[in-house]
Formats: sequence, C-alpha cells, structure tokens
Amino acid sequence: MTVPGASRFELPSDALQQCIRCGMCLEACPTYTLTGLETESPRGRIHLMDAMTHGRIGATARVSLHLDRCLGCRACEAVCPSGVPYGELIELTRAQLVRPSRRRDLLLGAIVARPRVLDVAARVGSLYERSGVRALLHATGAIRLLPPGLRRLESLYPPLARPRYRAPTPPSAPVARVALLLGCVMRVAYGDVHTSAAHVLARLGVEVVDVPDQGCCGALHAHAGDREAARGLARKAIAAFERAGVDALVVDAAGCGAYMKGYGRLLADDPAWAERARALAARVRDVTEYIASLEVPAPLGRLEARVTYQDPCHLAHAQGIRRQPRELLRRIDGLELVEMPDADMCCGSAGTYNVVQPEYADRLQRAKVDAILSTGASAVVSANPGCMLQVAAGLRARGSDLPVLHVVEVLDRAMRS
Amino acid sequence: MDLLVRLASICGRENVLSDPEDLLVFEYDAGFDRSAPSAVVVPATADEVSAVVRAARDAGVPIVPRGAGTGLAGGTVACGGAIVVSTSRLRNILEIDTVGRSALVEPGVVNADLGAALRPHGLFFAPDPSSQRASTIGGNIGNNAGGPHALRYGSVVDHVLGVEMVLPDGTIAAFGGRAPDLPGYDLVPLIVGSEGTLGIVTKAWLRLLPLPEHVHTFLALFPDVGTGARAASAIIGGGIVPAAMEMLDRTTMRALNAAFDAHLPEEAGSLLLVEVEGLVEECRDQVTRIETLCRAEGAFGIRTATTAEERDALWKARKLGYPALARIKPNNYLNDAVVPRTKLPEVLGRVNGIADRYGYTIANMFHIGDGNLHPVLLFDARTEPIERVLRAAAEILRVAVDAGGMLSGEHGIGVEKEDFMTWVFAPEDLDAMRRARGALDPDGVMNPGKVLPGQKACGDIPTSRIKRGLAEGMWV
Ligand SMILES: Cc1cc2nc3c(=O)[nH]c(=O)nc-3n(C[C@H](O)[C@H](O)[C@H](O)COP(=O)(O)OP(=O)(O)OC[C@H]3O[C@@H](n4cnc5c(N)ncnc54)[C@H](O)[C@@H]3O)c2cc1C
Ligand code: SF4
Ligand code: SF4
Repeated sequence: MTVPGASRFELPSDALQQCIRCGMCLEACPTYTLTGLETESPRGRIHLMDAMTHGRIGATARVSLHLDRCLGCRACEAVCPSGVPYGELIELTRAQLVRPSRRRDLLLGAIVARPRVLDVAARVGSLYERSGVRALLHATGAIRLLPPGLRRLESLYPPLARPRYRAPTPPSAPVARVALLLGCVMRVAYGDVHTSAAHVLARLGVEVVDVPDQGCCGALHAHAGDREAARGLARKAIAAFERAGVDALVVDAAGCGAYMKGYGRLLADDPAWAERARALAARVRDVTEYIASLEVPAPLGRLEARVTYQDPCHLAHAQGIRRQPRELLRRIDGLELVEMPDADMCCGSAGTYNVVQPEYADRLQRAKVDAILSTGASAVVSANPGCMLQVAAGLRARGSDLPVLHVVEVLDRAMRS
Repeated sequence: MDLLVRLASICGRENVLSDPEDLLVFEYDAGFDRSAPSAVVVPATADEVSAVVRAARDAGVPIVPRGAGTGLAGGTVACGGAIVVSTSRLRNILEIDTVGRSALVEPGVVNADLGAALRPHGLFFAPDPSSQRASTIGGNIGNNAGGPHALRYGSVVDHVLGVEMVLPDGTIAAFGGRAPDLPGYDLVPLIVGSEGTLGIVTKAWLRLLPLPEHVHTFLALFPDVGTGARAASAIIGGGIVPAAMEMLDRTTMRALNAAFDAHLPEEAGSLLLVEVEGLVEECRDQVTRIETLCRAEGAFGIRTATTAEERDALWKARKLGYPALARIKPNNYLNDAVVPRTKLPEVLGRVNGIADRYGYTIANMFHIGDGNLHPVLLFDARTEPIERVLRAAAEILRVAVDAGGMLSGEHGIGVEKEDFMTWVFAPEDLDAMRRARGALDPDGVMNPGKVLPGQKACGDIPTSRIKRGLAEGMWV
C-alpha cells in the first residue's frame, strides 16, 4: 500500500530498524506521560516515521502534528536499550516535513544566526527593558490583555539588560588553552554567563582564547528543520575553532554542546569535512564536564545557599552529563543541594517549542515549577539558556522571584568570596 | 459513524482517536503481530468504561483492552474491526493500606510507579516483570506476568486479592476484595491471565509485602551454558529457593555491555545472576551454600554487588536485556516456554541445535530458577523472511512441549500462540475453557481471536496465518 506523494520521505533504514517497539522509552517521554497516548510517544513517532518511509502513509497534517509535538529532548534515546538514534531520526524527519509553522521557525533561526542582527534586536529590547514599560505591564496586570501569542513571546523575552561578555585576564601560567563558544542567543541574552564561565576557568588556571569569527552552532536551525543551514554553520564553526588550535572547545549552553558533539554524524557524508568534523566534535566539552575533569581545589569557594538543580535535556539525555554539575555544586562550602522530583523531565523549553506548541509547553512548565517550589530552595540552578528562560518565565507567572542561575554563575560567586 | 459520536459524548472528543494515522500506532505491541483497531477510546473512570462497553456492544463492535502495549504475544493487537479501550487515564493509586498490607489501584498504574509509591512505606508489590518501567498493573493482570522474582514470590495471580471488572455487557462487578478467602467461587484466578477476554479490569486490590531486611546479589561465572544450568538445577534440587536466579549467556553479556556499560565478564560462557533475601544471617548461610554448589559444578568466579548502585546496575542490565539484544542484530524473536528443570540442559542443547541449523545467532537470558526459557533468535527482518523465523520458533516450542513443558511461562498466548494450544490441551480441555469464557462473554466481544484456537477474528493477520500452518503442519 503506497500513498501518493509519500515516496519522497525517507529515513536511514538501519536507524529505523533498530526500534523493536518494546515500549521501554514510553515513561521517559514528557509528551507521553502528559497524555498517555501512543500517538504522542517515541515509539509511536518512530512507527509513523517508519510508515512514511515505507509509503504506508503520507506526511499528513495529523502525522506532522504528532511529530511537531516532540520536544526533541532525547529522553527516549537516553533510556532506549536498543540504541535507537532518535535525535537523528527526528532531525532528519523535520528536515523533510513541510509544515505551516516551519517558516516561522526558520525565520527565528535566521535571526539568531546573525550576531549583528541579534545585536540590534538586543539593543532595542534592552531599551524596552530599561524604559520600565515591561515592569509597568507586569505590575498593573495589563500583560494579561496582550494577545496570547505576544504574551508568550513577552514572557520568554531574554533578560536583555544583563551585561555582555567580558573576557577575563589570562592566567600567568596556564594549565590548558580552551575556546569558549559564544554562540548566538547566549551571546546577547546571557553574556554574563559566558563571563562567569571564563572567569571560573581563568581562576582554575585555564586560558580562554578569543575566537572572533565564530558564529552559531546550527542547533536551532536543525531543530527547526533546516539541516542544510545547520551544516553550513557547522562548517564555519569547525574552521574557526580549528584555527584557534585549542585543547578543548568549552560550551556553556547544553543545546549547543550536544549538537556540536554530533558534528561527526552531521557531516559524515561530506568527504571534505567528515574527518575535521569528527576531530572537532571530540574536543567539545560542556563547561561542567570540563571543570569537573580538572584538578580543582576543594572546596570550590563558599556560598550560603539552598539550591535545586534542573537537568537540561541536552545535557542529561543527549550528553549523559548528570553527575558533574551536581558534584561541582556540592563542592561549594555552605551550599546545600536539594533534589526536585523528576529533575531531568523536560521543562517545555526545547528551542522554539514554547512558541510552536504552547499548550504542551505550558503544562510541562507548570509541572516543572511545582517541582521546583516543592523543594523550598532559594535558587534554581541549570546549565542551558533555553531552560533558564523557560523556568524563569514559569516562576514569574506564578509570582515567584526565585533566581535562576547557571552552574558557572554559582561557581563564580562562590569562588569570588 | 454513530459509535464514534457516542464514544466522544462519553469520554470527550479528544479522548477518541479515529484518524487512520492515529490508529496505525495502535497496530502493534512489543511482539510481531500487527493489526490496527477501528478506533481508540481513553476513558477516565470505571463508569466511562462501562458506558463505552455498552456503546460498542450496541454497535456490535468488539473490544480490546490495552495497557502500555508491552505485551509480547499480541494481546492488545485489535483484529476484526475491534476498538481499543486504553487504560492510560486510569492511573491513580487509590489507597495504600500499610497495616493490612494491600493497595487499591487503577489498571493504568505503571508497575514501577507503584513500587516507588510503596517504598517509603517499607512495602512492595512482588511481581517485577522486566518491563515494569512501562507495563501497567492491568496488563500485568491480563498476562499474569512473572519476572525474575517470581521464583520466590510467584506470579501476579498470587498477589491479586480482588478486582473490579466491567463485564462485556457493561455491568461493573467486583470479584474478591481486600480480605483474602471470601466465600463463594473465587473467580480472581480465572480473571488474572485471561488476557482481556473476560472484561476490562477497572480496579485491583493487590497484596503487598514488607521489604526484606537484607538483599544479597551476586554473579557466578561458568565456562559454558551447560555447567551453569547444572548448577541451577543443583541449587533448586538442594532445596534452596533464592529470590531470583537468572541465566545469561555470552551473547547476551556482549549486548548488555554494549548497551549499559555493564562490565559483565565476557570471558564467561554463562553466568547466573542470583539474589537472596531475608534476615542477614539467613542470607549469609544461603549464599555460602549456593556458592559451594556453583563451584562444584565448575563456577570459576563469584562477583558480589557491594553497593545498592551496583545491584541496581545489574538488574537494570538484566531487565532491559531483551531490547538490548537489538544491538547485535536489529530484530529478535523472544521465545517463552517452560520446561521441567531437570530437562533444562538437554532442552538448551536442542534449542541451540535448531538455531545452528537455521543459522541464527541465539541469545539466552532467562528465569532459569523456574525453568522459564527465553531463547531469543537474532535476525535482520530486512533480509530474513519472517516466515523462517516463525518456523524456527515453532520448532523450539515443539522441543519444549516434547520435554513435558508449556507454551508460555509468562508472556501469555494472545494471537501469537493460540493455534499452538492444541499441542498441549485436549479438545475436551479447550472446550471447557471455551465454556468458562462463554459464561462471562457469551457473544465473544471481548478481545476476540485471542488465547483459544479456532477463532476467525484474527485470521487475516499474515503472521497469524503462517503460525496456524506451522501449528497444524508440525503436530502430525
Ligand atoms: C523488554 C520487555 C521485558 C518483559 N519482561 C517480562 C517479564 O519479565 N515477565 C513477564 O511476565 N512479561 C514480560 N514482558 C511482557 C509484558 O511486558 C507483560 O506481559 C506486561 O504485563 C504487559 O503489560 P502492558 O501494560 O504492556 O499490557 P498490554 O500489552 O497492553 O496488554 C497485555 C494483555 O492484558 C490485557 N489487558 C490490559 N489491560 C487490561 C485491563 N485493564 N483489563 C483486562 N485486560 C487488560 C490486554 O488486552 C492484553 O491481552 C516483557 C516485555 C518487554 C517488552
Ligand atoms: S525507541 Fe527504543 S525503547 Fe523505544 S520502543 Fe523503540 S527500541 Fe524500545
Ligand atoms: S525526544 Fe523527548 S518528546 Fe520527543 S519522543 Fe523522545 S522523549 Fe518524547
């Protein structure tokens, strides 16, 4: 049985074949636990991909809906005993499906890829922030009068008044030389997180070299379905970081780190780049992973605080990094780490998900805020800008002003004292 | 269609699926048989289940209950135009009685979630199917699931005190209850393991046990499968009943190491994963005796899990071992058969012979303590015709039955093995079963085509047709 027009869809058969429908991934999937529906499960999505590949069904709106609802959090991949490369499958799927929402995603992607365009947007945004309009909107409750779409974007607006990245003074006798990925969104929205990362590294004797012509890693584009643009950005990034000749490429945004670690597969079929991509990917380290691998003093400074840690999907599931950030936090004198329930359950951020699938994103966000508040912690710590935005927006919507910090910010403060 | 409208008015539109793309993802469970339902409905209360059953009955449409769809025998695969009733919104733990040691739960509760809820009370629900991170209590009841610890504790039927069930005419009836030993017919054991053919369980009273004081888990390493199997026989023969005793062969160890970094000793030809539970002294004594018996049969090493993390890692690897085998070959056919323990080494030898003859790699990872074999045939469905795999599986089943064994240890009959029932039951026995079923479901609307041979409902499933041919052809 072949549906007309369906033949164009194709996925690598060895990846598809790897799924034996055992269902062991079901309970790890946020959209399945929300709905209990096989249609919103990893196994169901793989089955749909398989059916499209074999021409049993076309890429209908209904199929796209189920695939669009996937967060791309890769929690299923992390628990799959059979080793199904789900992240790759969904990315290849998105690159092939024409969806009405895709253009908007791509547009967002186009903006974030160009630091200068983003810079302008940032400056305007920063004016808006400083002018107090935003505060007024919130204080009077007038924010509720905005149309839901706008309100959503508003609440996710990056905290643009935050200071930009400032490089630290290099250590006199460096133990290692690394580059820091400045990226696109992070660069303007969370420049001070980069500053913290670099300062912590410098204090531990690591030199952070300047890599001026680095761009965007391509993750957002790929997640939005534009794999070709992602490949182009990957090549640019590879060339830039190769020139820097560093020991490691340190990344403080989990989504970018996860994506760059996969450059080898992304460019595997490009003979000119395959080897270079693999070599660079092998040097990518999440900042928590990198710091934890150094010989660091115990304790790592001092900070009186009771914090809870939210696992970014692209750190815990995609990179398998759960232990290191917790270990680093525990090494801070005076800091108490309290675990929240389901710390590694997606917060609903997932790139552009909160714009494209508002209902699901909201439900996940609410569950996450409940989990955070149940701990009685005085701050939330995470390791990815998207998660930090989503969690902060969720807390604010519930009238909580709990600070949301990156692991390196906490380390920076502790080590300063 | 009238039925869809009625179902939507009962459960809400968003809880009725009827788009062909949606139905497609309900055509499978974890086994090999495929057939999509005509609709899927997800009720939220027992009353809604009852109304759904009435509606389907009025429309003359059969019904298939579905939990998580991790069954391996096609029990939730809907044939003959049936609708699927999913229990995924019946997910509440209604009551935990810590004094009377029982729990009242809805059928969609995931086995592992129940375990997590009970742990703080120092209690547990003993059945621990390897699929427990996803499979539901309703599905565990439907298939009378076992698990590694069934060796000591028995299967689900030993732990269900009572159920509330929606009968095929929509009546809600209770069987058994919190208290054990109610007067009258005890229908609970009939319902447990009935694979959704008698009604839809909407609540279950479960027996709980106190967590053991001490748990000791270790691996005994053997040069080959035969020596391991003999040691297992010697242990059981010696009157020792460990809490669990699992055999893994080298192929399995390789897959587990690849999937979970399990650090299993691939230099061993087989290993026994043994767990004993109880009071500290009791455990120490048992462990010593088991180790001695293992060494006498040729064990060349013992490795003990020294921390809770090590123990969890071993069990995680074991429990997810079956899907991990896909790392060796993308497809695998998991056989489920029970043989008398004394025949184990002989049967294992013959099973390996069959795999050799067909040229399939075979992986063995099973509940050796109670003779429940799970030889897994590894293949690649892109190049291997499924017919050939099914034939090899039927031959394996034949060996088990000839050795005085049974068709299924724990996975059920479903649409996978109903035709093979004639291999082990006389026509009179099967007829008595049909009459028992007919007493509750006279029109055969609940999960038609399953368990009992000779029904038409699932006849069109291609794999089913192949198996029917094998069952008939190989018996004479
Ligand atoms: C990796 C893996 C490991 C496994 N390990 C084991 C194991 O160790 N031991 C074991 O016994 N099994 C095992 N299984 C098989 C399977 O997981 C069990 O049979 C499990 O009990 C099925 O539960 P489920 O919720 O997935 O049920 P489903 O597959 O959805 O349904 C199973 C049967 O129960 C019926 N049913 C479901 N809910 C109800 C209800 N509310 N009322 C009436 N009938 C109902 C269905 O109609 C069907 O016939 C394993 C499966 C996998 C994939
Ligand atoms: S993705 Fe993995 S865990 Fe999920 S059904 Fe497929 S094989 Fe099983
Ligand atoms: S990536 Fe996340 S949301 Fe998507 S199927 Fe996997 S677990 Fe579910």
